[in-house]
Amino acid sequence: MKESLLLILVMLLLAPAALAQDMAHEPWTCPEGYEGQTLSIFNWSTYIAEDTVPNFEEACGVTVNYDIYESNEAMLARIRQGNPGYDIVVPSGGTVQRMAEEMLLIPLDLEMIPNVANVIPDLLGAAYDPENEYSLPYQWGTVGVGYSTEVFPDGITSWHQVWEHDGPVAWLDDRQTMLGIAHLFLGNDPNSTDPDEINAARDYLIEKGGNVVTVAADDGQVLLERGDVDIAIEYNGDILQISWDCECDDYAYAIPEEGSNVWIDNLSIPVDAPNPELAMVFIDYILDAKVGADLTNYIWYASPNQASIESGYIDEEILNDPAIFPPPEQVANLFAIIDVGAEAEELINNAWDELLIFLGQ
Amino acid sequence: MRQSLINEGAMGRNLVIRRLGGIGLWLNPLFAYFFLWAPILILVLFSFNNSRSVASFTGFTLTWYSNILNNMMGAESAFSTEIMLNAFRNSLFVGTVATAISTVLGTMIALAMARGRFRGKPLLDGLLFLPVVIPEITQAISLAIFFKVVFDWVALMSGERIFPGFHTIIAAHVTFNISYVAIVVRARLADMDPQLEEAANDLGANPWQAFWRVTFPLILPGVISGALLAFTLSLDDFVITFFTSGVGTSTLPVFVYGLLKLTVTPEVNAISTIMMVLSTILIGISLAIQGRTASRA
Amino acid sequence: MRQNGFLLALPTIAWLVVFFVLPLVIVLVVSFMSRGRGGVAELPFTPAHYERAFGIFSIILWRSIGLAGLTTVVCLVVGYPLAFFISTRRRRLVQQIALFLVILPFWTNFLIRTYAWRILLGEQGTINGLLLSLGMIDEPLTMLNTQFAVLVGLVYGFLPFMVLPIYASVERFNFRYVDAANDLGANDVRTFMRVVLPLTLPGVLAGCALVFIPSVGAFVTPDLLGGTKGLMIGNLINNQFGGSGNMPLGSALSIVMMAVVMLSLLVYVFANRRDAGA
Repeated sequence: MKESLLLILVMLLLAPAALAQDMAHEPWTCPEGYEGQTLSIFNWSTYIAEDTVPNFEEACGVTVNYDIYESNEAMLARIRQGNPGYDIVVPSGGTVQRMAEEMLLIPLDLEMIPNVANVIPDLLGAAYDPENEYSLPYQWGTVGVGYSTEVFPDGITSWHQVWEHDGPVAWLDDRQTMLGIAHLFLGNDPNSTDPDEINAARDYLIEKGGNVVTVAADDGQVLLERGDVDIAIEYNGDILQISWDCECDDYAYAIPEEGSNVWIDNLSIPVDAPNPELAMVFIDYILDAKVGADLTNYIWYASPNQASIESGYIDEEILNDPAIFPPPEQVANLFAIIDVGAEAEELINNAWDELLIFLGQ
Repeated sequence: MRQSLINEGAMGRNLVIRRLGGIGLWLNPLFAYFFLWAPILILVLFSFNNSRSVASFTGFTLTWYSNILNNMMGAESAFSTEIMLNAFRNSLFVGTVATAISTVLGTMIALAMARGRFRGKPLLDGLLFLPVVIPEITQAISLAIFFKVVFDWVALMSGERIFPGFHTIIAAHVTFNISYVAIVVRARLADMDPQLEEAANDLGANPWQAFWRVTFPLILPGVISGALLAFTLSLDDFVITFFTSGVGTSTLPVFVYGLLKLTVTPEVNAISTIMMVLSTILIGISLAIQGRTASRA
Repeated sequence: MRQNGFLLALPTIAWLVVFFVLPLVIVLVVSFMSRGRGGVAELPFTPAHYERAFGIFSIILWRSIGLAGLTTVVCLVVGYPLAFFISTRRRRLVQQIALFLVILPFWTNFLIRTYAWRILLGEQGTINGLLLSLGMIDEPLTMLNTQFAVLVGLVYGFLPFMVLPIYASVERFNFRYVDAANDLGANDVRTFMRVVLPLTLPGVLAGCALVFIPSVGAFVTPDLLGGTKGLMIGNLINNQFGGSGNMPLGSALSIVMMAVVMLSLLVYVFANRRDAGA
């Protein structure tokens, strides 16, 4: 629960910040000596602004390779099988801890990242990486339901509406979150490591999953937009992006009242990264007030960047959107995913395989 | 005549069956051609639709095509025109190198099988046959694990880490292409009269001369067909490339896969249409080349 | 060249041994190893993954075999008359065009061909749009993310593999046999069953093998069209190398799948031999 407590503090601090005025801002400049080098980024899908990478390439005179993944587990598997050459990965909190423990991350040199000063202080030193040895926050957000407002004119307030909906539903391929939600209903710790509880959560989901047509690999918003599903369990920003894209009110995002997952994604450097120095320059670039604000304005996730918020670079609309910056009382109701250890991880993975097998039965 | 006297009922039934069969023999191809072409034509049609819907055609537009050229492809900046062109270049590079290597290796083994005298040919037959019939995903994961094992071992021995990239993709493509090239070239060799080479030898040509002056020109159409087949397979491959590619070496199919997953926009239909037109042109060229070499041979 | 034929074959053999045989051997070894920390293979050896593959995963394995079998049957039903139609065109040019029209769509990228069905079958797709506007249905039909969608996608993907070998064998078929059978008093059904089918059987068998094998291991088609209900073994293998991070299990699953393919090839070889012997 540590992360949600942190975020409540953050939310309380944010209130006056949103009123702050635009401040003069020096554009980010790239340190000398990186021209002609290459940076390879491995990030979640639909998780960067259109110009973030091109601007960085121009500022530093470098080339960026940009690949995407759809879940912490998929990224982790790729790095565990031997880093194919990425310099930047974006793991969520619990995954940072797991990767650090397995020595899959390179320690950051905070001297090279002066913009660390822009990060909301309460978001530094999170439980998963107390010294920020391996990670600095990228964005934070929640898991909830994106739904068609035509099918649900009165909105969605409970997971039961999702389980009982008579129409196609897409779940999210985020195993710990999905099992965590089931744990909530069963009265267990969302991060339970108990084999019986994990299996009970699996069975609960199988029972409630009769209307699930697909377990989407972070592309639920696309299925929703195409009309293939009425509900997609998704990360908040992804749903908000499609509403923004279509300039319509056809889709809405809600966090069911029973609770859900809140997460902080982080910039980290994986082991065997070919160019860790340039990676740290990139982290510094992302943490710049203007760059960070542009990012948030584009992908509709919550910024961990105090300077971005206080400078007024972030759109009012975003700062005031409860789907992006949820009110503190709602955050208190959310759980964070922690590192459950290798043994529980295996149990969870097995349970998830079994769930996939039985959902389609 | 005799039959109709003996078995008039059967004859009548026969006529009905024949009539029905005749209709079926026309209906089936009609249905089959419709089934084969409708999806593609609808994809093309909706790339010109002026609304985002694929449920009904509401009017003609070129917006989606101009959007592709102007880099306006929706929310995912990872899918810019530049990245698409880069993926296309990667595909051409991988395809060309893999085709060159596999054509040489495939032709060599086809010649060896057809003309050489050594034991274990049935075994070799099996070895050549297996890559064709083995499921793609099995081959993909076997190569992924293999490269991991090799790279881990090299890192352990030398401390230097090798990253996957073009070399791993090309190695994988060559592996599945060799068999196809060998099959095509062997078919050509089987049609060829071996006495021609003997005649060349008798006339005093050394084996090297006999090969380049006699055998090679004769099997050239087969070699070209094999190479074209290899190039096509290479350009089309997704699964094996997906498992063996490294950073920044995504080929066009890998790019397209991400695109299909993460965008709903009609631009995808437009890109698909462009790719179809390109591959049709490619076939046209290859057929022309084949036709010319075949008529010369 | 004739003297050192084996030397000529050697580079290719070496290549295939290194990049084909060796990787498969490694997969076989890994499939018997334990799941280590982080999903990679570790000693000691264990049959646990095969127990799981034949246990709970067999549900999906059977589904894959069933879908592949059904795909083969549909391809045969559609492809046989089509191949017959093409090869019985009298004019050579018409025949070539008819054949070309089968092959041409398949020069389009496989992913795009599969994606086209997503457009057609979707809740708000073309087929539903058409049926709704014609008033034939009131509610959109759910076709995408079903086994039906996977079946259609697989048939669409592999139909030419059925048509081409049958075409080749029908083309070689001498239609005088049909006249002879008729003269001898056989009706059309008998003629077909006793004369035409046996003589074109090699093409049919080859076509079935060529359709069944890639269908069993399909990954892209169920991934794009199947959803949870159309999940196939290829997707689960892929998962073990991605999210579920269990290389040994993924290896065991693909060894089992390979065994299925090898078995079907054996069936093919025996059927062919019996056919040739008869």
